[in-house]
Amino acid sequence: MNTVNTSLLLKNIKKHKWHYWFVSPMLVLFLLFTVWPILGSVYYSFFKWDGSGVPENYVGLDNFREILIDPYYWNAFVNNYIFAFSHVLIQFPLALILAIILNNTLLKGRNVYRLLIFLPVITTTAIIGLIFNILLHPAAGPLNEAMVKFSLLESPINFLGSVSLVLPTAIVISIWKNIGVTLIYWLAGLQTIPIELYEAARIDGASPVKTLFYITIPLLVPIGSVILLLTFISSLHPFDLIQTLSKGGPLFASDVVDTYVYRYAFNPELTTLRYGFASAGGFIFGVTVMLITIIQAPFIRKLGKYRT
Amino acid sequence: MGMKKYVRNSTFHLFFLPLALLWSYPFLWMISSAFKTKQEMLMNGTRLIPKVLTLDNLQRAWVNAKFETYFFNTVIVTVSVVLLVILISATSGYALARGNMPGKKIIVIALVVTMFLPKGVTIIPVFELINALGLNNTYFAVILAEAGPAHIVAILLFMGYFANIPNELEESAIIDGAKFLTVFSKIMLPLAKPVLGTVAIFNFIGAWNAFFVPLIFTLTRPELRTLGVGMYSFFGEYSIDWTGFAAGALISVGPIIVVFLFFQRYFIEGLSGAVKG
Repeated sequence: MNTVNTSLLLKNIKKHKWHYWFVSPMLVLFLLFTVWPILGSVYYSFFKWDGSGVPENYVGLDNFREILIDPYYWNAFVNNYIFAFSHVLIQFPLALILAIILNNTLLKGRNVYRLLIFLPVITTTAIIGLIFNILLHPAAGPLNEAMVKFSLLESPINFLGSVSLVLPTAIVISIWKNIGVTLIYWLAGLQTIPIELYEAARIDGASPVKTLFYITIPLLVPIGSVILLLTFISSLHPFDLIQTLSKGGPLFASDVVDTYVYRYAFNPELTTLRYGFASAGGFIFGVTVMLITIIQAPFIRKLGKYRT
Repeated sequence: MGMKKYVRNSTFHLFFLPLALLWSYPFLWMISSAFKTKQEMLMNGTRLIPKVLTLDNLQRAWVNAKFETYFFNTVIVTVSVVLLVILISATSGYALARGNMPGKKIIVIALVVTMFLPKGVTIIPVFELINALGLNNTYFAVILAEAGPAHIVAILLFMGYFANIPNELEESAIIDGAKFLTVFSKIMLPLAKPVLGTVAIFNFIGAWNAFFVPLIFTLTRPELRTLGVGMYSFFGEYSIDWTGFAAGALISVGPIIVVFLFFQRYFIEGLSGAVKG
């Protein structure tokens, strides 16, 4: 019986010879660049290792113990979540408002507005970070100069050099850069609502506000939960922006986990690199992200079902 | 009715046009500064239309600041990443969509599960792997590290598309004597043009704009820098040359905006598909 099964299986495998040829390059890359890095970062975190040769100095949970009491790690960790949740709180609803405005087919030039909102999305994040260094320059930055000219400010503000302002400034720039994506998501969501519903509402004499709260928003809840998750996940790794905007400074006020890890593992100015320690830092953050994703997924799905 | 519509439209634009200008200001600043003289930049940095137009900045950036090298590095890396991702995701997506190869289910589950795992925390093992392969400080390092993990969504896109193509097409071709490879390259792949477009434009923009990976893999080889990394080091070295900086930014950002304008349909449709499912 068993041999029959095996020979059947072998025959089946032979029949799909070409299928295996077709998946094998992908499988090789998948193992090397997805599976191994996940396992490797866990493995490395148990070693004291400067990146040269192979990790030999096994230190158990020492890296984790050190990181858990490192105030700079928790500073970066908290900043990272402030950064991500700000996007959920601001970018997510703001993009919906913009989408509802731009979804109006009577509006002329809406494609131009949509394109302008989308322009920062396709621009290199690193270059945006650098450009804002100039635009917000405290001595001669054009944005500072303009705000003084129009009496919005009394004197120029050093947005990126201020401990209290640097993170909010980074968040505003990041929302400016990324809101176009969330806008497209919402527009796609609005298009799934059958037009007959709006026609029926109009015939029944419902006001636009009522239509919005009784038709548009309830019907957007299921797709909105997906958009919420995507907005959150995509704002968890602001390395490009933070590194070019402020390098995590001043005084670590805009430090996030990625810049923290970068400093320990790749900073060219550092004499002894700490790969194991940096891996542990990345790993702890990754675990919390996964937990949040897992916890919120069923909750949001339930909410979506309940509302519709 | 028509009048009312007209008034509503114009009050809207009255309010939103200034906002749109403010929104685009960083781009307007970049374009105008790239063609401004250094003197005018010092005297009148906020003015958007330069009094005197100059090509000095673009020339200085292209030749002296090595943006020519950065530009071609970026083209090589980006085109290679796009081709590699398309090749790998189209072939594997096809194999997983058609027929019933043993092991198919396990592969698909593994792909879907890892799609939700957080990325970015895994750069150290990737860096070590590239070093172990002896590829650090080569084009291949950046290309592989960019293309290697980027293909899961692309595979699932191709898989979904190929799975929906009716069997009859394939069967009639096989009866006509076509081989697996011919069916794939002559019949199936040309049918998958929309997915090809989406995968190509997403990976083109992603690879062109990449910063973290090329930064790490070109730390000791400045001549391999891509545009983003080149801008970063230019700003570190010549932080007072704002017009040169703007010219470099225009060289870096201009091409991607042009590419986007041509392929924006695929990009927008790809994003919309992500939430519609």
